[in-house]
Amino acid sequence: MPHDPQPGPSKPTRRKFLLNTGSTAAATVIAACVPADAIGTADQSGSVAATAEAPNIAGAVPITLRINGKARQLRVDPRTTLLDCLRETVALTGTKKGCDHGQCGACTVHVNGRRVLSCLNFAVMHDGEEITTIEGLGTPEAMHPMQAAFVNFDGYQCGYCTSGQIMSAVALLKEPCGPSDADVKEFMSGNICRCGAYANIVAAIQQVRNRA
Amino acid sequence: MHTFEFIRPADQAAAIAAAAQSKTAQQGADVRFLGGGTTLIDLMKLNVETPARLLDINRLPLDKIEVTSDGGVRIGAMVRNADLANHAKVQKDYSVLSQAILQGASAQIRNMATTAGNLLQRTRCVYFRDTAMPCNKREPGTGCPAITGSNRTLAVLGTSEHCIATNPSDMCVALAALEATIHIQGPKGSRTVPMGDFHLLPGSTPNRETVLEPGDLITHVTLPAPKKGSKQVYLKLRDRASYEFALASAAVVITTAGGNLNWARIALGGVGTKPWRSPEAEAALAGKPANAANFRKAAEAAMRNAKPQSENKFKSELAKRCLVQALETATKA
Repeated sequence: MPHDPQPGPSKPTRRKFLLNTGSTAAATVIAACVPADAIGTADQSGSVAATAEAPNIAGAVPITLRINGKARQLRVDPRTTLLDCLRETVALTGTKKGCDHGQCGACTVHVNGRRVLSCLNFAVMHDGEEITTIEGLGTPEAMHPMQAAFVNFDGYQCGYCTSGQIMSAVALLKEPCGPSDADVKEFMSGNICRCGAYANIVAAIQQVRNRA
Repeated sequence: MHTFEFIRPADQAAAIAAAAQSKTAQQGADVRFLGGGTTLIDLMKLNVETPARLLDINRLPLDKIEVTSDGGVRIGAMVRNADLANHAKVQKDYSVLSQAILQGASAQIRNMATTAGNLLQRTRCVYFRDTAMPCNKREPGTGCPAITGSNRTLAVLGTSEHCIATNPSDMCVALAALEATIHIQGPKGSRTVPMGDFHLLPGSTPNRETVLEPGDLITHVTLPAPKKGSKQVYLKLRDRASYEFALASAAVVITTAGGNLNWARIALGGVGTKPWRSPEAEAALAGKPANAANFRKAAEAAMRNAKPQSENKFKSELAKRCLVQALETATKA
């Protein structure tokens, strides 16, 4: 992509590609809630057009979320779920929207160190709180041991549930979970995998637990 | 989702004053307390709940579990289900409560859901959750399509011609067997309500589910001192092994002496329109030898008034076997 304004690898990621080319579509989606810290700044990305609408969002409220260790000042419509805020406002799309009704676990994140479903929370409820998403666990170069174990054990197929699975699995390490595979399955039952990678997911988690 | 005003009241008094402006504390309330959000936000996305104001009470100091002077416990309204289930005294003295909570929902939801919120958990009846359908609970007077429709998971006890919706809570079944007391602070002062009186039968007003009035804030739930030597079991039967609502469940708290069952508290879940305490089963068991025949008699007594619907005739027998199995497990414990 010759006009890619981002430095770094010549091959843009899917995310960057969409941001840079889909400005009209992105504006429509992002208009509902925008980062206050981006208002008035001009950059080349597609989210700029959206930020111009920020002051016009009726009833938007200012909040600060500490996301993966970084304080983010945001303005959100009170109806914005934590999930939509993370994905659309902060552009952290590692957290996935599956059912959006608390039945699948794809949207699992940590709030103040505990795993929760980000689809059944409003972002405004978490003003001042610590949010950890899959992006905060590790990087492709320096993976969290649980991420590495999921790779080693092939704990996924399509990958859509994977970030939620890993966020649950990392939280499980600190929970009163018994030693057996059956215990792990019970503690992981809130994360549905429609590809059926369950056996490998359990193996990955058990490897990390047994090493610890 | 409808727009709403998000308010974080500074204290309990402010929360109660703000909530007292609602016309009702029941279905259709225009002011709602917001706890974990696991029921309310779900239903707001479906437009089943359309409050104009949300009062976020997550930061009110109601998140403690304390031992009371009589040896019982006092559970703050905002104590998360996971923290309640994993509390050392609850696990030791009220294990039926711990078991019930841990068999409900998922780890994530238990980290979010609160004690008071679970008391107010709404039914999973598909007609209630779908605003395209009639529902007497959601819109009084529109009818109950469940009675002639999809009712496999719905109630067989405490139903009326207006509503057969099941109360979905596991926690509440254990609280019924443990004879909990609900502590309420309202605009006119504080009061306590026994668990058995807190939820209402649907009758002709299924939109009214509890005794709560506008402004009423559940502040605590208390449990009496544990029955010495009691054995406690929560058994839940469902379509899949985890992360599923009960088709039938049983909470039993019993004491035995010399092969006799000298004291029993029994409640059933998944079969009633409210958490279903069964004095009939308790009376059938009191003082009787702890054996399969007497367990079966108690189960028959518990389900004597069951009124099955077109798709859930199996529930009466399932609930009976569930109770018998729970009693057998408890007596062997």
